Amino acid sequence: MKNTNKSKSLDQIKKIIKEQKQARKEDDKITLTVSSGTCGQARGSMEVIDSLKETIEQKQLEDKVRVKVTGCHGFCEAEPNIIFQPDNIFYQHVKPKHSKDIIEKTALNKEILDQLLYTDPSTNEKAKKDEDISFYTKQERLVLGDNVLIDPTDINDYFSIGGYNSLLKTLETLNPEQVINTVKSSGIRGRGGAGFPTGIKWEFTRKAKSDEKYIICNADEGDPGAYMDRSLMEGNPHRVLEGMIIGAYAIGANQGFIYIRDEYPLALKNITLAIQQAKEFGLLGQNILDTGFGLEINIVKGAGAFVCGEETALIASVEGKVGEPKQRPPFPAVKGLWKKPTNINNVETWGNIPLIIEKGADWYSQIGTKDSKGTKIFSLVGKINNTGLVEVPMGITLREIIFDIGGGIPEGKKFKAVQTGGPSGGCLPAEKLDLPIDYESLTEAGSIMGSGGMIVMDENTCMVDVAKYFLNFLRDESCGKCLSCREGTQRMWEIVNKITEGNGKKGDIELLEELAYAVKDASMCGLGQTAANPVLSTLRYFRDEYEAHVVDKKCPAGVCKDLIRYIIIEDKCTGCMACIKPCPEDAITGELKKVHTLDENKCIRCGACYEACKFDAIKIE
Amino acid sequence: MINLKLNKLDVKAEQGWTILETAKYYGLEIPTLCYNEGLSTYGGCRLCLVEIGEGENTKLVSSCTYPVEEGLVVHTDTKRVLNARKMMIELMLSVAPNSKTIQDLASKFGVTQMRFEARNEECILCGLCVRMCAEQMDGKAIGFQNRGHKRKISTPFDVRSEECRLCGGCMYICPACQLRCHGPDPDSDVCNACLTMDPTCVDVYDELQCWMYDAGRCGTCVREEEPNKKDIQNADKK
Ligand SMILES: Cc1cc2nc3c(=O)[nH]c(=O)nc-3n(C[C@H](O)[C@H](O)[C@H](O)COP(=O)(O)O)c2cc1C
Ligand code: SF4
Ligand code: SF4
Ligand code: SF4
Ligand code: FES
Ligand code: FES
Repeated sequence: MKNTNKSKSLDQIKKIIKEQKQARKEDDKITLTVSSGTCGQARGSMEVIDSLKETIEQKQLEDKVRVKVTGCHGFCEAEPNIIFQPDNIFYQHVKPKHSKDIIEKTALNKEILDQLLYTDPSTNEKAKKDEDISFYTKQERLVLGDNVLIDPTDINDYFSIGGYNSLLKTLETLNPEQVINTVKSSGIRGRGGAGFPTGIKWEFTRKAKSDEKYIICNADEGDPGAYMDRSLMEGNPHRVLEGMIIGAYAIGANQGFIYIRDEYPLALKNITLAIQQAKEFGLLGQNILDTGFGLEINIVKGAGAFVCGEETALIASVEGKVGEPKQRPPFPAVKGLWKKPTNINNVETWGNIPLIIEKGADWYSQIGTKDSKGTKIFSLVGKINNTGLVEVPMGITLREIIFDIGGGIPEGKKFKAVQTGGPSGGCLPAEKLDLPIDYESLTEAGSIMGSGGMIVMDENTCMVDVAKYFLNFLRDESCGKCLSCREGTQRMWEIVNKITEGNGKKGDIELLEELAYAVKDASMCGLGQTAANPVLSTLRYFRDEYEAHVVDKKCPAGVCKDLIRYIIIEDKCTGCMACIKPCPEDAITGELKKVHTLDENKCIRCGACYEACKFDAIKIE
Repeated sequence: MINLKLNKLDVKAEQGWTILETAKYYGLEIPTLCYNEGLSTYGGCRLCLVEIGEGENTKLVSSCTYPVEEGLVVHTDTKRVLNARKMMIELMLSVAPNSKTIQDLASKFGVTQMRFEARNEECILCGLCVRMCAEQMDGKAIGFQNRGHKRKISTPFDVRSEECRLCGGCMYICPACQLRCHGPDPDSDVCNACLTMDPTCVDVYDELQCWMYDAGRCGTCVREEEPNKKDIQNADKK
């Protein structure tokens, strides 16, 4: 296809970028950026946007204030939130009813609305700007940071922050080998899980002999609870595209694919639009900016299975076959999509490339640890005060992430474990909180970096129950090819399930362990090879908890229903009758101001009475 | 030609051969189940595991799918291989204890216990029938459905397929549904034929005693301590 007449030459794009940058600099309008990723929208950001726009229109303030719908700002806990530019004032939990004050008081008169500021739970101090919020201070948002600045549906906005400059620099001044060398010496490793050095992978694909080569962006993101790739695709799709175009140039590929989860409609919409706009500007297509290099990018919607994120399964799925992993070698770099050399990288990996080209390998390789460079985005969830997406330099400790950025555990509870790496990651205990995290240290400790899931657990978590939860996921999501993985996850789940039901017997723990090692050893792909992590890591750090279930028939955390009893503490019961109604089984009887009794035979251990009692008179044993 | 090391032996293989093919060429036996010379490889049963690599960086791979590479170092019967293989057999046995093929494997590799609850299924999902039908019978009548523990072999929509010509190829090749073996001790679900004719082996390798052509081939002399026969026979099923 010939480029449309709108398409530009290198110099023209350079000029456009310059103009857009200048326009941003000179812009004197107050901009209200509203975090409006999938999570923001779910919490009502669209309503806020509508009412802000309406207010602006009513007051005819269009030339003074504008509303910008951006991707995710990362602080889920504070959604819907607004960041003012240029002042960076941060308002959280904004509702449509606040619109008038926000526009009239803050936007026009710089008056801060106290009730919309974030209050630090530990110091009780109010934070005015995003950088004053502990959630943001320790982060290094090199990749996600631009989400706040741009409207992801407008390529000009991306230009205005210097977007596509790295591509221009590449096309103008670097040959493919130089790009590869830069990426190699930057030290960046794949963010999708295995942590393979990206530059070396590119080099393999570049060196493979073939008339046709492909690149793929892996946006399958099947880990439950992980959404860093989604938020980058939603909030800054051009950045991912720019990385892909640079990569394709370096590798010698003219065809690219973005394999994206079907459950990500907003990401799908934004990336589709971005491709279209990039094409219009001649940044994608047969003859990119008149340089003779061409790249077409197509979108493929994922089949929805977790295992389809594994690269060989993903390739099969793109080919229209059943998404099942295959033997590697041959690696995709040699024999990938349609048997042609194929380079596959994760969304976040691609998103780092423009930065590496812009700032150089030396600059990039100073961030992080000896063998893990740059930053990593984690989705911090679970029993944590500040849930959200955090981007931190490699080598930061778990403690810093969980307590400084994450704000610690809610309700003053004690930290028990953190699970990293997605469903087949491992659980690390408090002793490991000071572990500086990188690919090796996490593996060493029995977990994995994975794609960046991070689930925090408090003292009320039963680790055997946690292992059961992940095994249940894995026995569903194993593709089922390998006996070791299919039967192994099923049998591990059966044993752990039996243990949580109080039917564990002597030898079960040992059998579980033996089986776990065999599953890890004998399986073909990464899923099976890591599927034992939930078991092995909990056995390593919380073996006594397994033993309590098997030997003493007790669940120390008070979670496993078959192993706990609810008891009324006579001394504490005031006879308030509050627990009687909530009990669905009528197991509690008693008169006002007299100690109540709980019939254990009727009790189904739902915990309703425990929740209802205001005097801590009901305990779990 | 590709040079590699197979059980400390320098060997050569053709480009494109798998480790299994190479081992066979040199007369080394590696047990297989989902592999069949006339069909494409699948890599599902994990019986043909071998250990590759050197030093600390070794791993297990299925030899039927792993292509030979220059300089590859392969060991076909390390302790790690034998342990994993035995666990695979124990898992298979617990799925389809009535299969003579699997019972024979159990006997051969000294799997004398089954610690998982028997499921008495007639399929271990090796995929031989699917490949037989598609590749040899030109049928494509059957295939895998679902994933994980819900995986099964069936026809599209679970109704009799028009494609099926009732040739019986699938049943002919199936290791689980044809040959039955209930074993002498129905309670243990493990027939252990070889238990009634114990090999002369001792627990530690002894050249004079070994009646196989190389040490450790059968796995008996390197196996770990196992419960004695009494225990096994008394072991309750549930
Ligand atoms: C079960 C399984 C699921 C995976 N899911 C993803 C995924 O959702 N996204 C991803 O980028 N990589 C995923 N991977 C890793 C990919 O196989 C591959 O290593 C990665 O996309 C390579 O890109 P990178 O080098 O940039 O990390 C998965 C791997 C396994 C074994
Ligand atoms: S390890 Fe599991 S998910 Fe991977 S190929 Fe084998 S069965 Fe499928
Ligand atoms: S735990 Fe549930 S069932 Fe039992 S007494 Fe309390 S409310 Fe009733
Ligand atoms: S009997 Fe039917 S299903 Fe079986 S191999 Fe023949 S054609 Fe295929
Ligand atoms: S704040 Fe972005 S997804 Fe929640
Ligand atoms: S024979 Fe190799 S995995 Fe089955």
